[in-house]
Amino acid sequence: MPEDTLVPEKTTLKERFLDFYRDFGVARLIIFGFLLFLLASALFLKLPMEQILSSILTRFGMNGILVLAMIPSIQSGAGPNFALPLGITCGIVAATLSIELDMAGFSGLFFSIGVAAILGAITGFFYGILLNRVKGQEMTVGTYFGFSIVSLMCIFWFLAPYKSPEMIWPYGGSGLRVTIAIQERLGKVLDNFLSFDILGVTIPTGLLLMFALFCLALWVFSRTKTGIALSTVGSNPRFAESSGLNVNRYRIIGSSISHAVGAVGIVVYAQSFGFIQLYMAPLFMAFFAVASILIGGASLKRATVTHAIIGTFLFQSILVVSMPVANVVVADNIADVIRIIISNGIILYALTRKEIGGDVS
Amino acid sequence: MTGPRLEMKNIRKEYFGNKVLKGVNISVEPGEIHAIVGENGAGKSTLMNILFGMPVIQSTGGFKGKVLFNGEPVPSSSPEDAMALGIGMVHQEFMLLPGFTVMENIKLNREPTRPNLWSRFLGSKMETLDIQRMRNDAREALDRLDLGIDEMLKVAGLPVGFMQFIEIARELDKNNLQLLVLDEPTAVLTESDADTLLETVKRLSEQGISILFITHRLDEVLKVADQITVLRDGEQVATMSPKEATVGKLAELMVGRKVQAVTRKDNCETDMECSEPLLSIRDLHVEMPGEELHGVNLDVAPGEILGIGGLAGHGKIGIANGIMGLYPSTGKIILAGETVPLNNPVAALNSGMAFVSEDRRGIGLLLEDSIEMNIIVQAMQSQGKFLKKGILQLMDFEASRKHSEKMIKDLDIRCTGPEQLTRRLSGGNQQKVCIAKALTLEPKVLFVSEPTRGIDVGAKRLVLNLLVELNRKAGVTIVMTSSELAELRSVCDRIAIIYKGRLEGVLPPDDSNERFGLMMAGALTHHMKEVS
Repeated sequence: MPEDTLVPEKTTLKERFLDFYRDFGVARLIIFGFLLFLLASALFLKLPMEQILSSILTRFGMNGILVLAMIPSIQSGAGPNFALPLGITCGIVAATLSIELDMAGFSGLFFSIGVAAILGAITGFFYGILLNRVKGQEMTVGTYFGFSIVSLMCIFWFLAPYKSPEMIWPYGGSGLRVTIAIQERLGKVLDNFLSFDILGVTIPTGLLLMFALFCLALWVFSRTKTGIALSTVGSNPRFAESSGLNVNRYRIIGSSISHAVGAVGIVVYAQSFGFIQLYMAPLFMAFFAVASILIGGASLKRATVTHAIIGTFLFQSILVVSMPVANVVVADNIADVIRIIISNGIILYALTRKEIGGDVS
Repeated sequence: MTGPRLEMKNIRKEYFGNKVLKGVNISVEPGEIHAIVGENGAGKSTLMNILFGMPVIQSTGGFKGKVLFNGEPVPSSSPEDAMALGIGMVHQEFMLLPGFTVMENIKLNREPTRPNLWSRFLGSKMETLDIQRMRNDAREALDRLDLGIDEMLKVAGLPVGFMQFIEIARELDKNNLQLLVLDEPTAVLTESDADTLLETVKRLSEQGISILFITHRLDEVLKVADQITVLRDGEQVATMSPKEATVGKLAELMVGRKVQAVTRKDNCETDMECSEPLLSIRDLHVEMPGEELHGVNLDVAPGEILGIGGLAGHGKIGIANGIMGLYPSTGKIILAGETVPLNNPVAALNSGMAFVSEDRRGIGLLLEDSIEMNIIVQAMQSQGKFLKKGILQLMDFEASRKHSEKMIKDLDIRCTGPEQLTRRLSGGNQQKVCIAKALTLEPKVLFVSEPTRGIDVGAKRLVLNLLVELNRKAGVTIVMTSSELAELRSVCDRIAIIYKGRLEGVLPPDDSNERFGLMMAGALTHHMKEVS
C-alpha cells in the first residue's frame, strides 16, 4: 500500500457493522443468538424466569474466578491453562484442610482461600518450569498433565490421613468420600453475604463481589510493570528478549498466578455449590473454563478480564437456560450433552482459527 | 545440433509493481559455462525461478518474455516440466534427506524396480527396488564426478562439501540432463572444495552439459566461465567473455553508479581525527547462525553515521545483534569510556544503545499490540520509564500517551492513532514505530539494521531521510547496517565492509564503485597484490 493513501479508515454505518461483526466473531454471534433463542423458548414455555435468572447469576459468580485463571496463562504465551486441575486440586486440599481443622463460616473460607492460593502458586511455579521445557506444546502437555494429576490425586484422597468424620467414608474409617457436603461449613457463605431479592430474583451479592474483586485485581495487575512484561513475553518472546526480559521467568510467573487463581476459584465454586467433589470430578473442569474464556472473545494468545466476564456469562447462561428448556422439549439429561458439545466445539473452533492476521493489504 | 541450448529473450518480471527483471537476454550454447553475477537482490534467483517454472512466479502474476530450450518454447509451468526437458538445478540450500544413504538420495523417486507377486495385484507402486541397479547408477554418477565416496553411507554426518557433490550427482543421474543450474555452489565450501567443484564443473561442460553458474565470487567466474552476464537491479548490465573482463571491471559493473545525492555532513572527515571514538568495538565474535562474526575491530565517532555493508551471510548483521546481547558473543565494547558487558540486553539498553532490528516483524514489533505499547514497552521494562511511583509499579498511561502521540507526530507515522495495532500499518510506518521505540530509550548510539528491507520505494527515502535528520538535528550517532550499498552511500559518513566475519576495510561513501565491489567480494587486498 502506498504510504500516502493510508488514511484513517472510513466509518460508514455498514463498515462499522462489519467491523463489529468481525471483532465479535461468528462463533460468539451464534452462541449469543442461541442464548436469545433459549431465553425466548423459556418465556414461551412459561418456565419460572426468576429462578432461571437467579441461577444464572449464581453460576456466573461461582465459575467466574476459574475462568479468570486462564488469563495469566494465555497472556504469558502458554495458551489456555489446560492443566487447571492442578490448581483445582490445590484448592480442594485447602478446603478439606479447613474442615479437618474444624473451621466454618468466613474464617474457614478465608483460611481455605489463603492456603489454596499459596499451594496453587507453589505448584504453578513447578508446572511453569515444566512448561518451559515443552514450549509450543503447552496445551497438549497441559491437558495430559491435568488428567495425570487428577488420577494421581485419587490415590492421595484415598490414603490421606484425614480424620474428620464429615469427610471420610462412614464405613472403613479411612479415605475421603467422593462428595463432601459442606453446607454446615463453607456452604453459601459468600452467596448469602448481603444477598437480597429483586422481583423474585436472588442476587448473590457476596459471590459477585468476590468475583469483582478478582477481576479488579487481575485488571490492575495487567497494568503493572510485571503484568505488561508478562503480556509482552506472550505476544512476542523474541521482542521481549531484546527488551531484556527473562522469558522463562515470566512464563513461570504466569503459570504460578494462573494456578493460584484457579485454586481460589474452586474454593469459591465449592462454597456456592455446597459440596466438595473429589476423585475424578476435576477432570474436565479445565475444558469448561477454557471454553468460557474463548467464547468471551479471547484467542489462544490474547485474553482480558472483559473476555472472561463475557465468556463466563454466555457459557453459564446457556447451561442454565438450556437445562429446563431441554427437559420440557426433548428429554432429561440433554442439557449435559449440550454443555459438552458447546465447550468442546468452541475449543475446537479456537484451535482451528488462524491466529496470525494477514499483513497490510 | 546447432543453435543455442537455452535462450531467454527479453525476460521481464514485476512483483507487485516492483520491477525485478527489466529485459534480460541470455543465450547458452551446449557445453558452455555461463556465469551470472550480481549483488543480492539483483534478480539472479528470480531469473532461475522463471527458468525452472517455480510456482512463485505464476502466483505473482507470471513473467514477460520467451524461454527457448533447444529452440523449443518451454512450457515452464512447473519444476517437473523443466526437469523432463533436462534442466537440473542444485540449490543453495541442500535438498537432501539426511537419514537416507547417498544412493537413496541420488535415486529418490526414480528408483529402478522389479515386479513381484504383490505388484501384479496392487500396481507398480508395490514393485521391489532393484538395489543392485540403484547402486550401479549411483556409482556411475559419482564416478563421473570423481567422487570416491561409498554410495551406501548415510548423508547425515557427511562433510558439507560432499553434499554439494551428491546434489550434482543426483542431477547427473537424470539421464537426459542437458542444462545444470548451480545456485551459489561455492558459498558454503572451503577453498579447496571449491576448487574441486570448479574442476568438476569444467569436466561436465566438456561432456556437453551446459551450465548456468550463479555466484558473486568474481575470481571463480574468471577461472571457469565461457560467458559472463552481470545483473544489477534487474538490468542486464553486460555480457562478456572472461577475456574482456577483470575482477575490477566486474565489481564495478556489479555495484554500478547509482549513488544518489550524498546528504552527509561536510565536516565528517575530521570527526574521527579530532575526537575520541564514542563506541569502540574490539575483537567482537558473534555466534549468529548464518551471520557469524570472527573478530571485528571498529570505532564509531560521535555524531557520525557509520555504514556497515557486505554481502549476505558475511556477518555484517551480527555486529548490532551481538552488541545488543541477542546472540552469544565475546569481545570488548567500550561506550563513552565505559565497558558494556556483552550477552546482556538490559545492560546494553541501559548503557545508551538502542537497536532497530532487521527482523522487523519477528523481533522488532509486537504485531498484536498498539503503536503506543510498542513504542514504550522497551523503555518501561529496561529503564523503568512510564511508571507511576509506588510498590505496584503501575503504568503511567497519561505519560505514555503523551509520548507516543509526540513520536507519531515527530516521525510522521501515518496511523489512525496510538491505539492502532502495528500489524495494520504499512512496512514504512512499522519501521518508523521501531525507530520511535528505539528513540524512546534516548540512545547515544542507535543501531539500525536493514532499515528499508521490505518497504516500498517511496517509503524507503522517508525512512532514510528520517535517520539523517535524527543524526543532524538530534545528534544521534547512528550505525546503520544494510545490504544495499547505494543506500549506505547516500546517507553514511563512512562505510565499513565486512567480509567473511571480519572487517575488510572502511571506505568513504564517494570512493569508486570498483573498490566497493572488490571489497565486498573480499578481493581488494588480493587484487592489489596482483596489480603491484
